Amino acid sequence: MTSQQVKKLPVRVYEEWCKGCNICVAFCPTQTLELSSHGKAIVAHPDKCTYCGLCERLCPDLAITVRPRPTKNEASTVDSKEADDGKK
Amino acid sequence: MSDQAVTVSYLRSKKKYPSVWCPGCSLGTIMGALLRAVDKLEIPRDDIVFASGIGCTGRMPVYTDFNTFHGTHGRALAFATGIKMAKPRLKVILAMGDGDSTAIGGNHFIHTCRRNLDLTAIVVNNNIYGMTGGQFSPTTPLNHFASTAPHGSIDPPFDICNLAQGTEATYVARTTSYHVRPMQKIIADAIAHKGFSVVEIMSHCYTTYGRRNGFKDPVEMMKQEKENAVTLKSYEKKKAEDASYELEPGQFLTGVFVNDKNRPEYSRVYADLSARLREEQ
Amino acid sequence: MAKSRKKELRFYSGNEAIAYGALYAGCDFFGGYPITPSTEVAEIMSEEQPKLGGAFIQMEDEIASMAAIVGASLAGAKSMTATSGPGFSLMQENLGFAAMVEVPCVSCNVMRGGPSTGLPTKVGQGDVMQTRWGTHGDHPIIVLSPDCVAESFTLTVKAFNLAERYRTPVVLLSDEIIGHMSEVIALPEPGEIPLVEREAPDMPPDWYKPFELTSHGVAPLAAYGEGYRYHVTGLTHDEYGFPTSKPAEADRMLRGMMGKLNHHDDELMLYEEIQLEDAEVAIIAYGCTSLVMHRTIYAARQQGIKLGMLRLITIWPLQDEAINRLCEQVDTIFVPELNMGQISLVVERLNRGRTRVIPLNRVDGELFNPYDVAATIIAKVKGDDIEDDTTIPLEI
Repeated sequence: MTSQQVKKLPVRVYEEWCKGCNICVAFCPTQTLELSSHGKAIVAHPDKCTYCGLCERLCPDLAITVRPRPTKNEASTVDSKEADDGKK
Repeated sequence: MSDQAVTVSYLRSKKKYPSVWCPGCSLGTIMGALLRAVDKLEIPRDDIVFASGIGCTGRMPVYTDFNTFHGTHGRALAFATGIKMAKPRLKVILAMGDGDSTAIGGNHFIHTCRRNLDLTAIVVNNNIYGMTGGQFSPTTPLNHFASTAPHGSIDPPFDICNLAQGTEATYVARTTSYHVRPMQKIIADAIAHKGFSVVEIMSHCYTTYGRRNGFKDPVEMMKQEKENAVTLKSYEKKKAEDASYELEPGQFLTGVFVNDKNRPEYSRVYADLSARLREEQ
Repeated sequence: MAKSRKKELRFYSGNEAIAYGALYAGCDFFGGYPITPSTEVAEIMSEEQPKLGGAFIQMEDEIASMAAIVGASLAGAKSMTATSGPGFSLMQENLGFAAMVEVPCVSCNVMRGGPSTGLPTKVGQGDVMQTRWGTHGDHPIIVLSPDCVAESFTLTVKAFNLAERYRTPVVLLSDEIIGHMSEVIALPEPGEIPLVEREAPDMPPDWYKPFELTSHGVAPLAAYGEGYRYHVTGLTHDEYGFPTSKPAEADRMLRGMMGKLNHHDDELMLYEEIQLEDAEVAIIAYGCTSLVMHRTIYAARQQGIKLGMLRLITIWPLQDEAINRLCEQVDTIFVPELNMGQISLVVERLNRGRTRVIPLNRVDGELFNPYDVAATIIAKVKGDDIEDDTTIPLEI
């Protein structure tokens, strides 16, 4: 996965601060996020993200940031499969 | 800037984050909403005093880049009254817990409501004394379990918003830690309000309360906040349609209950008195 | 107090003198709760503060009063409260907080008979140990005790000066007799008594450490809202004010805090020696008791007893140097107090057997009759009393 593709991830989780409480995962309306085997939130399905920002505001540890919703001209997200590869 | 970036820009560089709070604790969410509300209002951070009492909620100010104050248990409003009266130009915001504000600090709470001094009290109601290990508080529901209520609480709980209304606070609102967007707006409204404002935030403590009362994780508790919240508007609508409509057990109203802009603000009244006396001299 | 013919002379009560002394010192915040026999202080403050641009607020109780003056001080005010025993008990929590966060403020305790509600309209001196150890934990505290109306004024000014200089709460320990007696005094002109203003930081905000260990023991204190956004907590904290539980930092903080008052400079350790030059017998007294002991000294000396007095003006920190000198000098030290023996315990501890220490205690709400005390002292010194080790019965 190239750095350019990483940049395009709609949601970023700051692992250092994430306590793995699962709130972002549970309340994401589109199931974009998952808890990794290390107990940290990860962006498992970036293509599902609707940029609603709920996870960012709910995160008690201020560990999530969501990019602004892309304009129609921009490619909306990276391929879900690629992102999955990236996390492994 | 993203919401997260705005929030983090108000954290102290010298104080390490993440917080002391347990995973899934609502205090971080509430702090985030508060910081974004302050940002929306564009109040210079030098002019903000962020004060608290004791307990998990009391640990909130230390992370924020304001003039911060972590006082004694229950006394935050009394300290804040001194700060505000000595320097009325300061914007004083408080974070208090349910026990902090209505048990040990109950007297200060009702008298601050009565005076209508321009302070904003964010009351984080998690129905328990968290930091000391889960003893029942004045808002623990009847028959719920706590470390000092092993057979279920027999103490009738307070409704904090009713208490604030009864003692004539001029801004009273309730929201939940799940409803972040309304929470941020209500907090901003409360801070902008000229007079004493009380914002009760229904929140959760999984570690000391949830586990004892059959919740499997903080998420489940938060879901319950989401489901049990009934907005004042929808309640009034349903009540108009059917006079016999009542909230179900466990449900609570959210929204702004009081927003009285007519009652004079205390430090203003004092300043006017002072100005009049000095003119007469 | 300097005398000037031009000055207006009028009657002041001790409590009035405290209130006007506070205003002279620049007190611009008063938070209090009504209690006998201190209420006159609050009454004058409610009259004067709004006229002078300061703040007066009647709080919901003494816990809140003490909290309010700490808050006001952090906002930059010179702040004060006034109370009596029961209220002072309620203030202990936040008095300790003030000591912990090193905030200057003045708490005036006009003592009445205790314990509990006790004798609300009568005198007592039973709060001496409470002023030192009333709040939990080791902490620094300054306690000053006036013995007349004029001194109620000047000592109140000193209380504010010491609070600001040492960044610590100061207790002005008056009593019902001093508070309610009247004297004709002339108030000093502005500037006649020097005032100490708080040292404010002048470094860039990023460098500021509100609890720094400085060479003189006291760090500058920034007022809230002046660009120094620091943290204040009652938790054990580091130099920035952030909570810490590291043993080395906790030790540093407490020792540093306690060490502030160890310099024992003359301005802090106030006492008066009365006819001690040739004394063979001495009284150690303070407050209203020391006031009447002048007559006792006179009566004893008439009978050929070389009696003198060490009058404690600063009660805490302990006047160990002056008391130690006295233990070396005299044969017997009498410690008359309107309590069951609080300062006498301290004197006995310092004495370590060098001289005879005899407590004289009265706890019926009345002040000592100086001639009764003289008679007791004379009897004791001349060995006329038969049972040497029994408590001295006073004719009352």
